[in-house]
Amino acid sequence: MAAGVGKTYRMLLEGRQAQEEGRDVVIGYLEPHDRPETTALAEGLEGVPRLQAQHGALELQEMDVDAVIRRAPKLALIDELAHTNAAGMRNEKRWQDIEEVLDAGIDVISTVNVQHLESQNDAIFELTEIRVRETFPDRILDEADEVVLVDLSPEELQERLRAGKVYPKERAQVALENFFRSDKLAVLRELALREVAEDVEARRVARTLEPLSQQAVAERVLALVEPQPKSQRIMRRAWRSAQRLGTEMDAVWVRPPGRPPTEEEVTQVAALRRLAGILGAHFLEEEGDDLVAAVRHVAAERGSTYIFVGTPDESRRREIFGGSLLSRMVRELPGLDIRVVANRADRDRLTE
Amino acid sequence: MIAAVIALAGLSAVLAVALLARSGFRVRKPRAGIRRVLVPFTGGTLDPTVLDAAIRLAQAEDATLVPAYLLLVPLQYAEDSPLRDEVAVAVPLLEAVEHAALRAGVPVDARIEKGRSPTHALRRLWDEERFDRIVAPAPNGREDGFTAKDVTWILAHAPSETIVLKPTPLTAA
Repeated sequence: MAAGVGKTYRMLLEGRQAQEEGRDVVIGYLEPHDRPETTALAEGLEGVPRLQAQHGALELQEMDVDAVIRRAPKLALIDELAHTNAAGMRNEKRWQDIEEVLDAGIDVISTVNVQHLESQNDAIFELTEIRVRETFPDRILDEADEVVLVDLSPEELQERLRAGKVYPKERAQVALENFFRSDKLAVLRELALREVAEDVEARRVARTLEPLSQQAVAERVLALVEPQPKSQRIMRRAWRSAQRLGTEMDAVWVRPPGRPPTEEEVTQVAALRRLAGILGAHFLEEEGDDLVAAVRHVAAERGSTYIFVGTPDESRRREIFGGSLLSRMVRELPGLDIRVVANRADRDRLTE
Repeated sequence: MIAAVIALAGLSAVLAVALLARSGFRVRKPRAGIRRVLVPFTGGTLDPTVLDAAIRLAQAEDATLVPAYLLLVPLQYAEDSPLRDEVAVAVPLLEAVEHAALRAGVPVDARIEKGRSPTHALRRLWDEERFDRIVAPAPNGREDGFTAKDVTWILAHAPSETIVLKPTPLTAA
C-alpha cells in the first residue's frame, strides 16, 4: 500500500516461518530503513553479501544476483521489487534481478507498494499529484503465486509515522504534509484493496477449469499479417474472435529473408505494431521464405489453435502448378482451425 | 495430325478462358492509391455525409482512404493500456466505414490511433505517417466527436491541406 505499513516486516515474518518449517531461507536484499523492529526480525536469517556500487560520492549497496543464485537456497527474501539498481549493475531494475533468481529455481518473497504498478501510474498521478518514477510491469504481479496485501488504515499509518517508526521524527512532519496526507493514503489503500480483489478473482476463474479440460478448450488466436492495408482488417477480425473466445491473440509477419523492407512496408508494419498494442495483442516477426513452415513454427511455440489469414493474392497459374497456399496450410498445420478473412464488400458479388 | 494440333490448341484456348473466368479477372479490385486521404473521427460515430464526401474525394483523386478512429485513453490508465471496451466500439465502426469505401471501389487503409485527447492521437498519427489531404468532421452539436477547439487545432497544425465538413444537421426528435 505505502511505505511504513509493514511490508518488509511481513516478508521477514514469512521467511522466519518458512525457516522454522525447515526450508533453506536467505535474505537476498533487505532495506531495514533503520527500523529497529525490522532489524531485530532479520536476526537469525542468513544474509547474502551485497555488491558495492559507487554513484558519484555516494556508496550504494545492491543485491548480488549471482551470489544469491550460487548460494541456491529454497527461498530468497528480496525487498523492494520496484527498486532501480545503481548504474553499472547487470539489470536496470530489481524485478529483473528477481526474474533471474526465479529462473534459477529459487522461490522469492518480495515487497512492493501499489503505486509502483505500471498500470496504476497515471491514476496515482491524477489522484495524488505525485509521479512515481519507479514502476514495474503488471505481469510480474500476475505471475506471482500469491499476493498478500499488507493493510493499515491511514490513521494508523500516520500514527506510526508520528511515532518515528517509519522515518526519523524530523522527516515525519514533512511526510505527513505531503505523501502521507489522509486523502492520499485513502486513495492508495483503495487501489491496493481493489488490485488484490481483482487478483483473487482472476485466480478463482483460472482454478474453475481443471488443467486437463482447460487444455482441451484453451484457444489462442494467431493472425497472419503482411505489410498491406488488408492486414489491419485481419487483425481486427482476429481480435473480435479472440474476445469472444476470451483468449489471447498473437499476430505474426513472416518477413522474406535477404531483402530490407521498403519504406512503405516499414510504415505498414509500424501501423500494425501500433494496432497490436491497442488491441493488447503480441506482434511477432519471423524471418523465412516458407510462410507455412514459419507459421507452423510460431503456432507450435505460442500454442495457437486458431489461425486468421487474408484471402491469398495467388495467381491461378501458381495455384495450379505450385499448389494453393490454403490447401498447404490445411495439410501442414494439423489440429489448427483456419479462417480466411474476406473483404465483406465482396459479398455484393454473390448476386452477380 | 494438323487437325489434332488445331483441336489441342482449341482445347487449350477453351481451358484458358475457363480458368481466367473462374479466377475472377473481370472483377475490379481497388488498387492502393499513392495519395492518402485521412478521415479522422472519434466518439463512436462518423457522420455519413462526411464519409460520403471523403469517399468521393478519394475516388476523384485516385487516392487511398485512411479512416482513423481516435481512441481516448483516460488518465487513470497508462497510455499503453489495451482498452477493450473502447476498441469494441471502434472495430465494428471501422469495418462499416471500410465496407462503404470498398463498395465504392476506393482502396482503404484503416487505422486506430490512441491518445489522451483526439488531437493528441492525431498528432501521433501524423508523426508516423504521411497524408496528402485531411477531411475532418466539424463539431456535430453533440457531446461526442470533435469540438470547435479540436477543429481549430487541426486547422492550425495539420501537415497537409485540410477540409472541415459540416455534418448532417441534427433533426428535432
